[in-house]
Amino acid sequence: MKILVCISKVPDTTSKITFKDGDTKFKTDNIQFIVNPYDEWYALVRALELKEAAGGSVSIIHVGPAENDPIIRKALAIGADNAFRINAEAKDAYYTAFQIAAHAREEAYDLILVGKETIDFNGSAIGGMLAQMLEMPFESMCSNLQIDDNKLTVEREIEGGKEISEINLPCVVSAKKDLAEQRIPNMRGIMAARTKPLQVLEAQDCEALTHIEKFERLPEKGACKYIDAEHPEELLNLLHNEAKVI
Amino acid sequence: MSVLVYAESTEGIYKKAVFEQVSYAHHVAQTLGTDVLALTFGEAGYDQLGTYGANKVLAVKNDLYKDFDAGLYAAAIAKATQNSGAEVIVMAHNPSGRAVAPRLSVLLKAGLVSGAVDYPVIEGNFKVKRGVYSGKAFAYCVVDSPVKIISVTPNATSINENPVEALIEEWDPGLDSNLKKVKVKAVDRIKGKVPLPEAELVVSAGRGLKGPENWGMIEELAEVLGASTACSRPVADSGWRPHYEHVGQTGGTIRPNLYLAIGISGAIQHLAGVNQSKVIAVINTDPEAPFFKAADYGIIGDAFEVVPKLIEAAKKIKQDH
Ligand SMILES: Cc1cc2nc3c(=O)[nH]c(=O)nc-3n(C[C@H](O)[C@H](O)[C@H](O)COP(=O)(O)OP(=O)(O)OC[C@H]3O[C@@H](n4cnc5c(N)ncnc54)[C@H](O)[C@@H]3O)c2cc1C
Ligand SMILES: Nc1ncnc2c1ncn2[C@@H]1O[C@H](COP(=O)(O)O)[C@@H](O)[C@H]1O
Repeated sequence: MKILVCISKVPDTTSKITFKDGDTKFKTDNIQFIVNPYDEWYALVRALELKEAAGGSVSIIHVGPAENDPIIRKALAIGADNAFRINAEAKDAYYTAFQIAAHAREEAYDLILVGKETIDFNGSAIGGMLAQMLEMPFESMCSNLQIDDNKLTVEREIEGGKEISEINLPCVVSAKKDLAEQRIPNMRGIMAARTKPLQVLEAQDCEALTHIEKFERLPEKGACKYIDAEHPEELLNLLHNEAKVI
Repeated sequence: MSVLVYAESTEGIYKKAVFEQVSYAHHVAQTLGTDVLALTFGEAGYDQLGTYGANKVLAVKNDLYKDFDAGLYAAAIAKATQNSGAEVIVMAHNPSGRAVAPRLSVLLKAGLVSGAVDYPVIEGNFKVKRGVYSGKAFAYCVVDSPVKIISVTPNATSINENPVEALIEEWDPGLDSNLKKVKVKAVDRIKGKVPLPEAELVVSAGRGLKGPENWGMIEELAEVLGASTACSRPVADSGWRPHYEHVGQTGGTIRPNLYLAIGISGAIQHLAGVNQSKVIAVINTDPEAPFFKAADYGIIGDAFEVVPKLIEAAKKIKQDH
């Protein structure tokens, strides 16, 4: 089985989010970047498990400039065989999916895994777009994935519960928590990642459909109003009469 | 021209969130000076959609569309869009919307803004405010394509009654049945509970509760307040609570009117999932707990003493009303 895992680069989860240039750009000073947790912990690890069980290969792909290579090496250290980087800024979800689709068409993967969403842009869009561009079925937000022959059975999140459904390969699956158990790269993996093939591909022409004009930080919270622990009923009064939420 | 809204029915019922989306579509249609067309699959109380401003309802009753299939649904919505010349499409940023909207974006070459938290601003360009950085910031996203798709975060915009007599039309998209690729084997919905992303009130607890045996009082408090329950990640990871209750950076993102956090420290990854809540109240023994910095109301105290008192007080208020 030939598997492709799409990985993105995001600020570490503890990052303080600030902006520059009149709030038009994310301020990257002192920010540590990581592989998007959904991509690394769940999508990539499940891909590796499938390969370990049934053979095949796991490739990773990233759309981004050369400065993102350390993120790709990090994913290789977890165990992927090889990587592709499409040399372009990921302008928007449509543009990014278009680049990945162009590559996937050439390589004829059996299974393409993406994360449920990136923790910076939270688009939840690239997986579905990719599936449509490749005219493949798409199972979103999966917490379990089994393959039997050509048939894939997943458990996926639906509004207020879960669904078990079946589709045939090839297909696109987006990963959420529980799809696999996070793996910590070991020294051997980190060493091996240095020499694994990382192929750089040129981007295809494609117009983005959206762009970000400006960012805005969350409004500052006023000071917390404290209520005496002996009289918690006062909290209910405030929530009812002042905040008017109950 | 018109605004098309995908009104999802769940086992024949329209949930509250659908009325938010229809109200949203109505607002956009008013701005553009056009009307609202709702597309819905399966039997449901179609008239209800008129209450919130749907001028016309396209009801797809064909059995092919009985089970959810993102590819098939997107193709049907694309067809309705083309037939009606709709320029804006509205749906929920929920699991179905997340699967359908991106496919639709490709079919129509229409820019998608996912997770919108406000109405579009249409002045020179078309821009929509959405959440980014897992709830730590917002972005104003401009759609540059002629057709625009907006998936709206549940509980971010209001439900408004704009009663019109909806014209109900049965419609068959006439698609090839080969487009259906997903075979649904089983559906398991939590009965009787409001799904967390839709809940207006949420009572949440963390490791400060010590063990799963102590959740009785959390559930009771939630029940008297009419709230849903949530938890921090280690609580779900330890199996004290089901995974769907886990909120935060790697769990669900919610924005209820009230988030009441009990025995949760308020780590940045937890806050990422809840800091867009309208009001945050915190109960914690530790005055230095970071959650108090993000809170509107705080009680420094032991949950095992405070929560039972709160339950009594809430019950009393309920009786008096
Ligand atoms: C990459 C990454 C992603 C993460 N994603 C998430 C996520 O999505 N969601 C999430 O929640 N966490 C997430 N975490 C974990 C997060 O960093 C915290 O470890 C976690 O939120 C702590 O949970 P807690 O507050 O329940 O437990 P603790 O940190 O153990 O806090 C317990 C709190 O309870 C208080 N307490 C103790 N006894 C009582 C009592 N009797 N009455 C009242 N209060 C009491 C304590 O003072 C303390 O503040 C993530 C971490 C990482 C590294
Ligand atoms: N620049 C990128 N390169 C490769 N894959 C990406 C990129 N950005 C996002 N993805 C993949 O698409 C998923 C969903 O991203 P998004 O639609 O932006 O929330 C991520 O979890 C990744 O698997």
